[in-house]
Amino acid sequence: MTDQTPQALNKVRICDFTGQLAGAGATKILAAFGAEVIRVEDPVHRGKWDILRGVPPWVGDARGLEAGGAFNNHNAGKLGVTLNLRDVRAKELLRELVAVSDAVTENFAAGVMERLGFGYEDLRQIREDIVYVSNNGFGATGPYTSFKSWGPIAQAVSGLTYTSGLPDLPPAGWGYSFMDHTGGYYMATAVLMALLHRRRTGEGQWVDLACIEAAGTLNGVATLDATVNQRSMRRQGMPNSNRSQSPRMAPHGIWPTEGHDNWIAIAVRDDREWKILSEIIGETWSRDDRWTRLETRLHDEDELERLLTTWTVNQNRHELAQELIDAGVPAAPVLKPQERIEFDQRTSELWVTVEHTEAGQSKVEGLPVRMSETPWSITRGAACLGEHNQYVFGEILGLGNAEIETLAEEGVI
Amino acid sequence: MTTTSPNSVLSGYRVIELASERCALAGKLMADMGAEVIVVEPPEGCKTRLWEPFADDVTDPENSLHWWHYNTSKKSVALDLDTDTDAQQFRSLIMTADVVIEAEPPGRLEALALDWEQFREINSELIWTSVTHHGRDGTDPPATDLTLLAEGGPAWSCGYDDHEIPPVRGGGNQAFHTACHYAVPSILAALMWREDSGRGQLIDVSLLNSSNATTEFATLWWLNGERQVERQTGRHALPTMTEWTQIQCADGRWFNTGVPPRNKREFQALRSWIEQLDLTKECPAYEILKLGDQFERIGLLELDEDPLAGEVFQAGRDAIEFLGQHLKAYDLFVGLQQRGMACGIVYSPDEMIEDPHFVERGFPQEILYETRNASHIHPGAPYRFSKTPWSTTRAPQLGEHQALLEDLA
Repeated sequence: MTDQTPQALNKVRICDFTGQLAGAGATKILAAFGAEVIRVEDPVHRGKWDILRGVPPWVGDARGLEAGGAFNNHNAGKLGVTLNLRDVRAKELLRELVAVSDAVTENFAAGVMERLGFGYEDLRQIREDIVYVSNNGFGATGPYTSFKSWGPIAQAVSGLTYTSGLPDLPPAGWGYSFMDHTGGYYMATAVLMALLHRRRTGEGQWVDLACIEAAGTLNGVATLDATVNQRSMRRQGMPNSNRSQSPRMAPHGIWPTEGHDNWIAIAVRDDREWKILSEIIGETWSRDDRWTRLETRLHDEDELERLLTTWTVNQNRHELAQELIDAGVPAAPVLKPQERIEFDQRTSELWVTVEHTEAGQSKVEGLPVRMSETPWSITRGAACLGEHNQYVFGEILGLGNAEIETLAEEGVI
Repeated sequence: MTTTSPNSVLSGYRVIELASERCALAGKLMADMGAEVIVVEPPEGCKTRLWEPFADDVTDPENSLHWWHYNTSKKSVALDLDTDTDAQQFRSLIMTADVVIEAEPPGRLEALALDWEQFREINSELIWTSVTHHGRDGTDPPATDLTLLAEGGPAWSCGYDDHEIPPVRGGGNQAFHTACHYAVPSILAALMWREDSGRGQLIDVSLLNSSNATTEFATLWWLNGERQVERQTGRHALPTMTEWTQIQCADGRWFNTGVPPRNKREFQALRSWIEQLDLTKECPAYEILKLGDQFERIGLLELDEDPLAGEVFQAGRDAIEFLGQHLKAYDLFVGLQQRGMACGIVYSPDEMIEDPHFVERGFPQEILYETRNASHIHPGAPYRFSKTPWSTTRAPQLGEHQALLEDLA
């Protein structure tokens, strides 16, 4: 990519307090689209409010505060400054930074920004048309405002955990913070919508994003089945998220194959696809007429699944998936991390190499999107603590070198 | 094309969506924020109109709850793109559009001369968004939400400690959602750039890569150290097995214990709660909790180095499990959170929408179905904008807005 390649957000500056993944993931996307994201950290706690700073997995052989692999991934492409907001001089600098920023983003617990003196009303005093997006689990209003959350809690309370599992077993849930990723997507969307509105009307605003509400929109069909049909998800045989209820399909699930912890996903969408599969299976049971219609396959789904397992367990998952796909039946091996990252060529453009000032080169996740005129770009790893103090306080805010040195010596930055 | 109305973020933008379960959420997210989203269906209707469940269990293309959820606030026109007349109407429609969102198999629209290439010159401000399996230049293997989550990574991390049990697909069509969650900010960024440059562009979203970019530690542990995470019941898949975080409460409901208590204040709060409940004698962890007074905060490293720290830490976890055996999940949730401990009740989606907190915030959204003489509760806004709130109307009937095509002629 050349310097001439335009970036969609190259005129946007974000004053960014986000951390972890739910917040930092949002401003990473904005940075990849070209926004100047200035991440503000606390020098006293060395930025450790973000629990991913300086913890494993490590970037290469590096260790310590700047070597956290998750931190590096989620903060790639951003600038980093330090401000000790216990000091009035730091608060003044922050006011100056807000004044030249388009948006302020944060995912502290509700109320923290107000206590720091930078709630929405304070921010508006500094810049009337500021866009302010706050992101936490339960939101800024309501009886649970003080409640704490992180990804697995947001998933539990919203219904995402419940709807991921098999009958007569505990919830399997999501084996990672799906809702931190997704909360970040909604936060990026909120910032961009608010910026677009401001671009068109001159009006700024506050967006109160509660991750659990964003998550609560992600099982809409199940919710409507309860509100319209009074049929709760909490019923016999449910949830069974490896099966398909909308639309009804059978067989539809994940089956064991040859080897250790090897699995294949197969989705038979209609009777025609069952006929194809039954012929590939080629056993007496699979050719039984009783299975030719969806109604019967659904009625005796447990039995059908048991029979199917006796066959898949001797198959190679890659070969079988390919055979089914070639025949027109949706199928895929359950890919392990190495397989999808290193061996699946279709994902290769997603993994990008960045340069981190202290930790060196490493790979991070890019964006799963191509844009013809304004491609995203991620080339730099996360900023070291205060790495861009000179640029931000000097070049953007106009402080002299001596002044910056003094502020650093006195623990203000 | 763009006219500015201050009341909603995206008012004045016209979005044409080709009906598909793969991109329906992207159109919904824009429609609910004020864009005019016109979903183009085939004459017989989008296939998702025939997907269960149906309102009142009556099979009817106007009753599919899948259609209801994913198509709020949109308009519907029916066009048969394989006929010349309708294809011409589609062309006219695209000429009035700011954004197109489609998830057709690569090559289909090209064969009909209705692809990005046909419009980019004549509507240079157009933002064309394709959601495909793995790119417009890729093949289009038969795939569903399940197979995408399998090959895209999420399924590997989800399931149970017992690896004889299959990996689990998280419910709710999240592979399609995730691609839409990347499509929408990309469209918004493109609109921002168009405001300055006057130029549109092509956005090519990969379903496969969207899931690949949404697996958290499965990818991070591989990229940083080549370690493979292993799935674990109700908690993070990690390279090593960790302790449980999910318990079953007295009412049978599951509960996420969240971050275990680690400081003096939390140990004291647990103790006094057990005292209030008059359960000190029944609680084996109670006496050990008293030793928690010695710890301002137990660091994770201390757990290995200081046997007492480990014992107190375990007592905190045991005390929560004990409380769960005596309390309903909701009472444990509110009680622990009010005492400053992060945790969560495992709600079903329909229980979440009835929780008093989300009710007070106005999350449940009543939508009028004048056709049924009724209102129904939908999940509400994913974010609340102070000046330009989300708002929504029922999904359209098939071809309900066909008349708007007449204005194009």
